[in-house]
Amino acid sequence: MEINQIQDEIIDEFGFFGDWMEKYEYIIDLGKSLPLIEEQYKDESHLIKGCQSQVWLHAAEMDGKVQFTADSDAVITKGIIALLIRVLSGQKPKDISHADLYFIEKIGLKEHLSPTRSNGLVSMVKQMKMYGLALQAKP
Amino acid sequence: MESTATPAIRTLEEIRKDFPLLEREMNGQPLAFLDSAASSQKPNAVIQKIARYYEQEHANVHRGVYQISQEATTAFEEARELARELINAPSAEEVIFVRGTTEGINLVASSYSRKFIQQGDAVLITAMEHHSNIVPWQMACEAQGAELRVAPINDAGELLLEELYAMLDDKVKMVALTHVSNSMGTINPVKSIISRAHTLGIPVLVDGAQAIPHMKVDVQELDADFYTFSGHKMFGPTGVGILYGKREWLDAMPPYHGGGEMIKTVTFEKTTYNELPHKFEAGTPDIAGVIGLGEAIRYMNSIGHGRIQEHEHNLLAYATEALSQIEGLRIIGTAQDKASVVSFIVDGVHPYDLGALLDKQGIAVRTGHHCTQPLMDRFGIPGTVRASLAFYNNQTDIDRLVAGVKRALNMLR
Ligand SMILES: Cc1ncc(COP(=O)(O)O)c(C=O)c1O
Repeated sequence: MEINQIQDEIIDEFGFFGDWMEKYEYIIDLGKSLPLIEEQYKDESHLIKGCQSQVWLHAAEMDGKVQFTADSDAVITKGIIALLIRVLSGQKPKDISHADLYFIEKIGLKEHLSPTRSNGLVSMVKQMKMYGLALQAKP
Repeated sequence: MESTATPAIRTLEEIRKDFPLLEREMNGQPLAFLDSAASSQKPNAVIQKIARYYEQEHANVHRGVYQISQEATTAFEEARELARELINAPSAEEVIFVRGTTEGINLVASSYSRKFIQQGDAVLITAMEHHSNIVPWQMACEAQGAELRVAPINDAGELLLEELYAMLDDKVKMVALTHVSNSMGTINPVKSIISRAHTLGIPVLVDGAQAIPHMKVDVQELDADFYTFSGHKMFGPTGVGILYGKREWLDAMPPYHGGGEMIKTVTFEKTTYNELPHKFEAGTPDIAGVIGLGEAIRYMNSIGHGRIQEHEHNLLAYATEALSQIEGLRIIGTAQDKASVVSFIVDGVHPYDLGALLDKQGIAVRTGHHCTQPLMDRFGIPGTVRASLAFYNNQTDIDRLVAGVKRALNMLR
């Protein structure tokens, strides 16, 4: 599926939640259930340090697509990472670097991607796009 | 005609109404504002004073011969006198307007160290300092080739005084420490520490950012050499603060910034500096901010420090007791002597998650390391959730915090 199709799918899913609690319970579940990254990548070189929470990000290229894995020490951050990975992982480098991640605002989680939260997510998205850009340049 | 009747004591609910922001909502919920240690809210008196100043009284200070400029200068200098009185400084010339605590510390660290700190000397700070009272000293020590010493604390978040005293010797040229810890609320015994440092001739700078909003401070009684605090944490505007310094030090120290206001005569060959306090107030100051700060002091005086202290003390005890009932919750900072801050973590729960879920419930707390990273490292935690109080907080705020934490934990655990 293409990036925007997945985004629209997520927006649809979130439309079913009645209030913020249901929404956050879902994100927390996502954050709890997914083993997102292999332990070996949870090291200093994959660490994106936020003031509040930390994020580890690993990228690998396979058949012209980028596979992302990531993790965080905070469960809400991790839940949002799961959504970001659902949207961006397995996509083409060019599509990743050009992606407009409108779903975050549409599902009402924009505040978590504000730089003032300094939870590592803003830097993580930037980093993902950088990978996209870098891998595009590869012959 | 002067009225001799004492005004009726206003209730807490009446006082809360002085703060328009407390009436707004956050995420569709009534606001429980528990982040005053980061910055307090402003009473109408301050907001209106600043508006009125810009509407009616604005002109640059200390320069014009015309009426409005002189009125502005008078109002500006009145605020200095109010600040002097607030901390019982011996004279208004020893009260310098700065941008805030951070600038106050930077001013001293930079100016004092250039004159009085040499290669091989040392500066002593503590393990619970705000970054604002660490980094300027690191910079000064690096520039002068001096050593930064850090006095340790115990698990309750109290200074280990014997260790601290053992670190004082003739190499130490400055002790800089906080009066009240912003992350734990610990009130440090600054008076004893100052008196001990003085036996060795070492001056002491006290970071009063978290003390002034909550307690009566008398710089002469403490015998502090420098005492600095921020307007925005004591119900005044952002961008303005106070540095008190003993005249003997301020006179001996070189100016910090150069520019207008701080000079007596300027030729291209040589400039002679103005007298205190102007020597350290280069450029056009934050006039509106200073006047607003003066009004904030008036406002605090109208409520009374005794009452502020008593109310906050009771509320802190109430909050500590209620939070302690929550399973797995650990309070960070359990000093004997505490003011207005309750910091905590919950087993297996990241502070960020807790803070985000409290935000959704209209409860404003701070999460993270509170600009005291070394302190968090000392406890081996990534950060805490910090609820901090001001006199406008009430039991409802605390009840909502406790209920909010429980609800968040139900979702997270
Ligand atoms: C203990 C302490 N020192 C210094 C500061 C810095 O104050 P400001 O940012 O107003 O300069 C703060 C503010 O958070 C503080 O709590």
